Amino acid sequence: MLISGPESVLAERALAATLDALRAGDPDLEVIKLYSEGYQSGTLTMHASPSLFGGTKAIVVLDLEDAPDDLQTDVLAYLAAPAPAGEVTLVVAHRSGNRGKKVLDTLKKAGARVVDAAQIKENDKPQFAANEFRRQGRKATPGAVRALIDAVGRDIRELAAACSQLVVDTEGLVDEAMVEKYQGGKVETTGFKVADAAIAGNVGEALRLLRHAISAGDSPVPIVAVLAMQLRQMVRVGGAGRGPSGQLAKSLGMAPWQIDQARRKLSGWTPEGVGQAIQAVAAADFDVKGGARDPVYSVERVILTICEARNPP
Amino acid sequence: MSVWDDVIGQESAVATLDRAVTEPGSMTHAWLLTGPPGSGRSVAAKAFAAALQCPDGGCGTCRECRTALEGTHADVDVIATEGLTLTVKLARELVLLAARRPSLGRWRVIVIEDADRLHERAADALLKALEEPVARTVWILCAPSLEDVIITIRSRSRHVRLRTPPVEAVAALLVRRDGIDPAMATFAARAAQCHVGLARRLARDEGARNRRHEVIQLAAKIRSVGDAVGAASDLDSIAKEEAGAASTERDVSEKARLLEILGADLSARVQPPHVRAQVSALEKEQKTRATRFVCDVIDRSLMDLLSVYRDALVVHTGASIGLVNQDMIEQVRQLARVMSPEQLLGCMDAIGTARERIDANVNSLLALEAMAISLQLAR
Repeated sequence: MLISGPESVLAERALAATLDALRAGDPDLEVIKLYSEGYQSGTLTMHASPSLFGGTKAIVVLDLEDAPDDLQTDVLAYLAAPAPAGEVTLVVAHRSGNRGKKVLDTLKKAGARVVDAAQIKENDKPQFAANEFRRQGRKATPGAVRALIDAVGRDIRELAAACSQLVVDTEGLVDEAMVEKYQGGKVETTGFKVADAAIAGNVGEALRLLRHAISAGDSPVPIVAVLAMQLRQMVRVGGAGRGPSGQLAKSLGMAPWQIDQARRKLSGWTPEGVGQAIQAVAAADFDVKGGARDPVYSVERVILTICEARNPP
Repeated sequence: MSVWDDVIGQESAVATLDRAVTEPGSMTHAWLLTGPPGSGRSVAAKAFAAALQCPDGGCGTCRECRTALEGTHADVDVIATEGLTLTVKLARELVLLAARRPSLGRWRVIVIEDADRLHERAADALLKALEEPVARTVWILCAPSLEDVIITIRSRSRHVRLRTPPVEAVAALLVRRDGIDPAMATFAARAAQCHVGLARRLARDEGARNRRHEVIQLAAKIRSVGDAVGAASDLDSIAKEEAGAASTERDVSEKARLLEILGADLSARVQPPHVRAQVSALEKEQKTRATRFVCDVIDRSLMDLLSVYRDALVVHTGASIGLVNQDMIEQVRQLARVMSPEQLLGCMDAIGTARERIDANVNSLLALEAMAISLQLAR
């Protein structure tokens, strides 16, 4: 069996489900986990050879993407001469990358069951959360799912844990009020969201998100870098004139969606305002890199300056 | 001929150093040479080292003199870095080295070319050896100014100040030493603001001249915020290109040489761990070197840019001092026409701020953008 994909929650679930299914057939199943690090040549072959006491085994290779040549050779050797069906089950997990490609191909050719643990993208998260509730026999309102993702959506594992917590602790339809009760006041944010709010001239929102980001462990330096990058893109797009974003994308070296985004942000700005904003950001970059005593204050101040540059009093 | 020939325009400093060589009473164990970049600090330091080793006090022709000037003398160690700092590890090695007697020369001379790049802890490690030196060990530290070395080093060494050499002296040196055409030598000396090394590069490398030209042209081109951001990105990419061109070839050959020394199999797809460790250490070093190189190139461009505004200011005030950019006088005049002295000073200030910021590790592109926005021509 092959578990392929970088989303570790899904991969772990697939592994657990497989092992449970095997245990249902034989409660004394022996599970052997092999790690790439510190693998010694021949270990796999040894475990795969028939045991004196009989019984069934599951051999799990947990990180094929880092596998040394020895491990790969051993897996290939086992696949060339597998143990009789039912005695040994080989489970291979592969996150991403080209390493171990030969093993993957051989596995697929040998008819292994392939479980896809693809990364869950931002757009798929509501679907994932809704599925989480459905899987455990519950339903949630779309509002509840959105609130949950806003609160703990960054890490899939955390999201899954929050879902099961709600399932265990509450009854009936999961609604926004319940999510608020358990995750209230918690907002996950990133430098990008802070920058978006600041550039939109939304002072209160930007400062609020900044506080959340800092208390969640974000450092001021990348936040300033994001501000600088977005302002730079705005200037470049603004100077490039009209035209379809696809064409501009090539000449500016940016992705078309970045150009559309920058155009949207540009509304409400004057060139001089953007200029002032960039100068403020440069000063802030100096401040957060040791030029001033309090880096967080420097970021707050630059956000205020940017909002002021957009909406002059 | 004498070892002091290439130390140009520094009569009083040379007299002090020369007296130290000839009169034992004027000698001391630690010297600190300061002077603006390009004033010939390291040349002076090497000449002093040679004079100390030479039985005739610096004849410039004997074996001792020649090896010391070339940096191959057994008892003269020249420490310079292409990275960002001199590390504490290196400083500790130097302390051990300083404790040894000279092997064949008259003195053990340790020249630190970039004392300003001594890490603070590295400088601390040197203090003991600087304060209580072994007989016949001499330290020569070089730095742009007294403020660039920590006060405890300053107080343990004797200070000799170098000045910016006059244009004529630099030009004469270029003509004499590098065989450069006198007209070109004068132009290069002036354009490089008497920085000897830069002047030589400008005189010999057309690419460098073109780059300087481009940078100076920028001053008259910035008319809007969009132009400013474009100009900043031009400046940044010019620097990165130059750094890339200068280092790629060298990096590759260094790596090949390292692999050869380690006896590694060049055709192997994956090297064994001990080789990989060495290679990654080398790559790390090359990366810091590249960072420093980019910073240096940007700084140089900013100096060129600064000189234009300085010249415009000179034109404004009608002062009778020579212009740096004599070759681009039209441009300077135009700048002087459209900008008031206050605005020019503001521009110079903006350039200074950008240099300071880049030095403090601010993203170079961002610092340049902020600067370029301040440089916009008044409409």
